[in-house]
Amino acid sequence: MKRFITSGIAATALSLPTLAAAQEAVSFDQKVNDIFAGSTGWFVNLIFMNLPGTNFPWIVLWLVVAASIFTVYFGFIQIKAFGHAISLVKGDYSDPNDAGEVSHFQALTTALSGTVGLGNIAGVAVAVGIGGPGATFWMVVAGLLGMASKFTECTLGVKYRNEYADGSVSGGPMYYMTKGFKERGLPGGKVLAVVFAIFTIGGALGGGNMFQANQAHAQITQITGDFSGLITGGIFAVVVFAVIVGGIKSIASVTEKVVPFMGVMYVIAALIILIVNADQIGWAFGQIFAGAFTGLGVAGGFVGALIQGFKRAAFSNEAGVGSAAIAHSAVRTKEPVTEGVVSLLEPFIDTVVICTMTALVITISGVLVVDPSTGVYALNEAGTAIKTVDGSGGVALTSAAFATGFSWFPYVLAIAVILFAFSTMISWSYYGLKAWTYLFGEGKTTELVFKLIFCFFIIVGAAAQLGAVIDFSDAMIFAMAVVNITALYFLMPIVKREMNSYFDRLKSGEIVKHKH
Amino acid sequence: MSQTTLIVGLDGSDAGARALDFAMTRAKLIGNCRVVLVYVIEWSPYSFQTAEENEVRHARREEELKLAHERVVDPAVQSTQAAGCEAEGVVKHGDVADILEGLAKKHEAAQIVVGRVGERGIKERLFGGVTGRLVAASSVPITIIP
Repeated sequence: MKRFITSGIAATALSLPTLAAAQEAVSFDQKVNDIFAGSTGWFVNLIFMNLPGTNFPWIVLWLVVAASIFTVYFGFIQIKAFGHAISLVKGDYSDPNDAGEVSHFQALTTALSGTVGLGNIAGVAVAVGIGGPGATFWMVVAGLLGMASKFTECTLGVKYRNEYADGSVSGGPMYYMTKGFKERGLPGGKVLAVVFAIFTIGGALGGGNMFQANQAHAQITQITGDFSGLITGGIFAVVVFAVIVGGIKSIASVTEKVVPFMGVMYVIAALIILIVNADQIGWAFGQIFAGAFTGLGVAGGFVGALIQGFKRAAFSNEAGVGSAAIAHSAVRTKEPVTEGVVSLLEPFIDTVVICTMTALVITISGVLVVDPSTGVYALNEAGTAIKTVDGSGGVALTSAAFATGFSWFPYVLAIAVILFAFSTMISWSYYGLKAWTYLFGEGKTTELVFKLIFCFFIIVGAAAQLGAVIDFSDAMIFAMAVVNITALYFLMPIVKREMNSYFDRLKSGEIVKHKH
Repeated sequence: MSQTTLIVGLDGSDAGARALDFAMTRAKLIGNCRVVLVYVIEWSPYSFQTAEENEVRHARREEELKLAHERVVDPAVQSTQAAGCEAEGVVKHGDVADILEGLAKKHEAAQIVVGRVGERGIKERLFGGVTGRLVAASSVPITIIP
């Protein structure tokens, strides 16, 4: 293990000057792309493989089937426990004697800051751009179902977390896989945990890091004009380094305060645009419902809308991926179920509220071009997506849609994207670190190695246009879900037992609200 | 006659010490009197934290409680007892005004004694200082020691 780590540092040190030199040598990106595509392409293809004879990726079905099974198995917990979740977050059930411990509210917002971000802004635009407004309907369905997956994984995360001698508390799927499987007398927990940890490191460096840096740089250059990604990446890397290695808490706490503010501002801006165009809301919902089942002539028709909606919801709220289980583990509660219940608000806020806002604004703003002769959306020349007024997609499309309401909004959006990217990186550096220490053991040096690798990948992500790398990192995050959901199927009876016991005691009055 | 309880807010500052002196003098005059010494660690369950901060939160909390007891509350309790008054110390996380008010209710205190906190800033002008909020919300008389 030691040798692996040392050679890792050596590789990192060696490639730094190479990267700097690669600025002129354009072929560097291409080289990395080729190497990556060549060695990982099979994995990406495997994860995003279509079901035989369809255009439907099996991984999307895997996530939706799991979420549906959990929904039914736990008796529509997302509806049943929704009110209770809000009352837990408000602190109605928190013992005043525990004041000073991590609250449910804090655990929820920490986990949310890892998921609210580019998925809500760029991801939705991609979904609506390709799948049409109908994709929104399926996104909301996936978000609602995903709440049950979150409930399952976060309950387990808290139940099987570790409490260390120094008083720190942490956990995650690695630990419920090993401890939970042992408790049920099942083999293979350790193997699943190791595979999961490897994918988590991949996901942390990819989707939780390179993708974020890359998109943040793209958004900045849209406003300032083109400049080297090495600068953006370098600045990001230094700031992240200061936080995760230097322990400069003030930067992190500033972000943690600004990010929710940005989130609220985003929703308010969306609401204002919707209110101004109130007469069109009915029409927009009509488009969403009609599009959900007919496709309204968009790329891929009805199935296209469905796939895009489900896929983007999964990207955005990470339900079933296992990342939230790591974030929620630090809460000090006697009842693991309470944390599961609180976590089911996450896909709701992230997907059902914020993503729907974005989708409605895009639909209402008229940035999607309707063919006047047929009354349905016109496709672009390539026929891959709906034609937009300025030909943009992704973040740029959301930006254009909001600009119809407020001309200055793209600037605010750029700042929001940067902050969201930053907070997502901080969150994922933690998830990656937990997986890393699970594999290589805890200790200052081992942790530092991971943190350095993490910072290095920020520069790579921002500097290069690494399509293949980004495909790979998306695939890694979904691969986490394959392993995690497999474990959840085996462990769900434990969650059910906990859930029944908790709600019985809540009903019988054994668990009561505290007076504040 | 039943016992009288005085709540004293400590903050490790001179103002807090003056509040304690004042309460001790009153307690001796009243006779059958108990002094509850309170130190509040400012904390909100609605602040935003990173995952790493959450991970070490429990350990930090224990450390904060220990330090507050060691440095402020325990010495104050000892000196109060040495002066011949009955005293107990409380350290809690939360909002100062809420906690002092809550304890006053719990102990059916006769009054709350606090030192005046001299911070003047835009935040205080907008939202009122701790003492201001305490005065506005309290259900028992309050003595503020300048």
